[in-house]
Amino acid sequence: MESNDPPMPAAERMALAAELLAFLPHESVLYDEEDLRPYECDGLSAYRQLPAIVVLPRSEDEVARILKLCRARNVPVVARGAGTGLSGGALPHRAGVLLSLARFMRILEIDPIARVARVQPGVRNLAISEAAAPYGLYYAPDPSSQIACTIGGNVAENSGGVHCLKYGLTVHNISRVRLCTIDGEILQLGCDALDSAGYDLLALVTGSEGLLGVITEVSVKLLPEPETAKCVLAAFSSILDASNAVAAVIAAGIVPAGLEMMDKSATAAVEPFVNAGYPLDAAAILLCESDGIAAEVEDEIARIAQVLRASGATEIRVSRDADERLRFWSGRKAAFPAVGRISPDYYCMDGTIPRKHLATVLGGIAELEKKYRLRCANVFHAGDGNLHPLILYDANVPGELERCEAFGAEILELCIKVGGTITGEHGVGVEKINQMCSQFPSNVLAAFHGIKHAFDAAALLNPGKAVPTLARCAEFGRMHVHRGAEKFPDLPRF
Amino acid sequence: MNDVVAEWTERIREAADQRTPLRIRGGGSKDFYGGALRGETFETSAYRGIVDYDSTELVLSARSGTPLTEIEDALAGKSQMLAFEPPHFGPATLGGCIAAGLSGPRRAAAGSVRDFVLGVRILDGRGADLAFGGRVIKNVAGYDVSRLMTGALGTLGVILDISLKVLPAPAAERTLRLEMSKDDAIRALNQWAAQPLPISATCHAGNSLTLRLSGTDAGITAAAARIGGQRIDDGAGFWNRLREQQHDFFQGDDPLWRLAVKSTAPALPLPGQQLIEWNGALRWIKTATDAALVRDVARKAGGHATLFRAHESAVTAFHPLPDALLQLHRRLKQTFDPAGILNPGRLYAEL
Repeated sequence: MESNDPPMPAAERMALAAELLAFLPHESVLYDEEDLRPYECDGLSAYRQLPAIVVLPRSEDEVARILKLCRARNVPVVARGAGTGLSGGALPHRAGVLLSLARFMRILEIDPIARVARVQPGVRNLAISEAAAPYGLYYAPDPSSQIACTIGGNVAENSGGVHCLKYGLTVHNISRVRLCTIDGEILQLGCDALDSAGYDLLALVTGSEGLLGVITEVSVKLLPEPETAKCVLAAFSSILDASNAVAAVIAAGIVPAGLEMMDKSATAAVEPFVNAGYPLDAAAILLCESDGIAAEVEDEIARIAQVLRASGATEIRVSRDADERLRFWSGRKAAFPAVGRISPDYYCMDGTIPRKHLATVLGGIAELEKKYRLRCANVFHAGDGNLHPLILYDANVPGELERCEAFGAEILELCIKVGGTITGEHGVGVEKINQMCSQFPSNVLAAFHGIKHAFDAAALLNPGKAVPTLARCAEFGRMHVHRGAEKFPDLPRF
Repeated sequence: MNDVVAEWTERIREAADQRTPLRIRGGGSKDFYGGALRGETFETSAYRGIVDYDSTELVLSARSGTPLTEIEDALAGKSQMLAFEPPHFGPATLGGCIAAGLSGPRRAAAGSVRDFVLGVRILDGRGADLAFGGRVIKNVAGYDVSRLMTGALGTLGVILDISLKVLPAPAAERTLRLEMSKDDAIRALNQWAAQPLPISATCHAGNSLTLRLSGTDAGITAAAARIGGQRIDDGAGFWNRLREQQHDFFQGDDPLWRLAVKSTAPALPLPGQQLIEWNGALRWIKTATDAALVRDVARKAGGHATLFRAHESAVTAFHPLPDALLQLHRRLKQTFDPAGILNPGRLYAEL
């Protein structure tokens, strides 16, 4: 898929490069096609686009000068961390500058007493926890791409992970960012305290997908590593039983450190890959983890096992040691690569639903498998209602990608219908931009545009992502009516 | 309740046309907080009631005029709680709680009001009915306007409905007291916070440090053995009085300042008594000293200072913003309330 934007005229491109080279070294400005190629897509590789120019600044001052220049020349800018995002949020703009933060790799300060790390945006998520480990501290949000994804990208997407229910998302685990505006101004949002004066712009910027500014520094909160952790693996003979078991755990007053569900298609895909020992005859399995001080974990694990048994678990195993615990998790963590092994391509969805509608939504997905003649494996952050259906397809078979995308779009419509959202943690990007028109009425989209305008009046930062124009929604709406589906399902969201 | 919304919409539209300032009021419990009250009173108490509460989803939705006690009672019935432990300061409503954005003793351990806000529905300054966020715990579709509204003191919209994440109440709690100086307490609190201990609230006043442990019986017994100190009776009463500022420290006529600072900042070099909460990250100071000095000390300690309660004062309540940030605030205000009718001056004179 290529964009319809006109390319930047060659003369303009050379003139912009020359202006950039006036203050950036040669290796920081790329414009030959072979140098641009590695930046053509992010983790959502179905969308590809070469930018006009790639810049790799090394300092906040360079970022500010680049943005000022782009503002003066009216050139779109797309910021990029490690490019692991799954919604095309870092897809380049054909007539724009791709601003890579890859060289912002320094951990500037770790304060083990105040439990804060001040880092540059290009630092990898896991590198923060590694640097904090000698102090018995870690950074809690752990998206599955944490070996590669950067903290700047995590802030832009408000990334989650498997421990969100207890430890929160990125927005709950950062205290301060430095943000460079398109006008080249540096804003400090948040501070070293637990709150700051004025509007909560730190929260507003978190998850804004690069539309409001470019993050040049992040202060993250560090937590003490739990003394111990244990995991329960439980098997269920129906999705409904597993789903009710999740509700029963919560009703018992337990907030597990992790609570994950995998359906039969998912366990079947991962078991040959990791030998986690999953019961393959189960319709669904749950992984439920408790962490904290030893005495408390013992208590909690016993209560979890009791609740799961009472909820109809057909088999329960409690991890006996750290190795076994990691083995239980290995299948969940390897779910995506494992699915990649049994299918040439897969498409990962990210809707969130109120948990009580899980059985309905998974039933709906099973119907859609028949309709679109494609298989779907389901992994699910069960504690917080975040679904990751993985649709299996083969991009080399004509029509399969289109069928797969239509399948995915219907899953998102289903999530909206039950009162959920189209994205729990992957972001809207370019991928779900049309579904934004279904989730939000036009007056809310207009308010989003108002916020965008307050930060970026010329709309140069990451255009075409995250928030659709009203014109685009009008067009998409017509398409929907044509297909007989509802345009704005009149659902109360409260 | 739709007729209430229709009536409010009409009233806001009229006020916007006439440029009549509106002073939004829930229970009036936080009238003392922020800038001077201006405009026609806009009462929200008619729009009340819990709309939806399913304890197994950990989500509660309610109308803005709902008394905070009604919500806390409903949660207690299911052994759940608002983990940010909001102060009431009188007949508080949920809407006022969200608009003020104040959190209580459990904040350092559990998170703040805004951390638990999942969705809000507002009427903006044009009377547009806008719903942001939703009823699910993870949601990154669209900008996070729900959290932007939290603590905005009604300057960006009249809050209609709120959805919150709620949490199970701890199975057991215990309150301990140790004698130590301010600086020793700040050191000890930060060291404990870097260890996996179930400390859920802390308060240093005079020469004594009080802390609360929350969790299972086994967990708090193990932690109490490590921390030491004397167990005190009626811990619940103590934390409630602290939260409501009925603790002895808060008596008297001196202006009360709230300084949010880096938790490791040493005892602040200001005249007047100090009370320390949140593992050192919150300092209450009663002082009649110069506001500029208080604000300078707060800034150097990595935070900001709010003049929380004062009988009469020409000093602005909230810490002044750098110009670039203030301009951004004004543009956001312009977006949501172009006529400038919603709680003008309550947060900053320019908003």
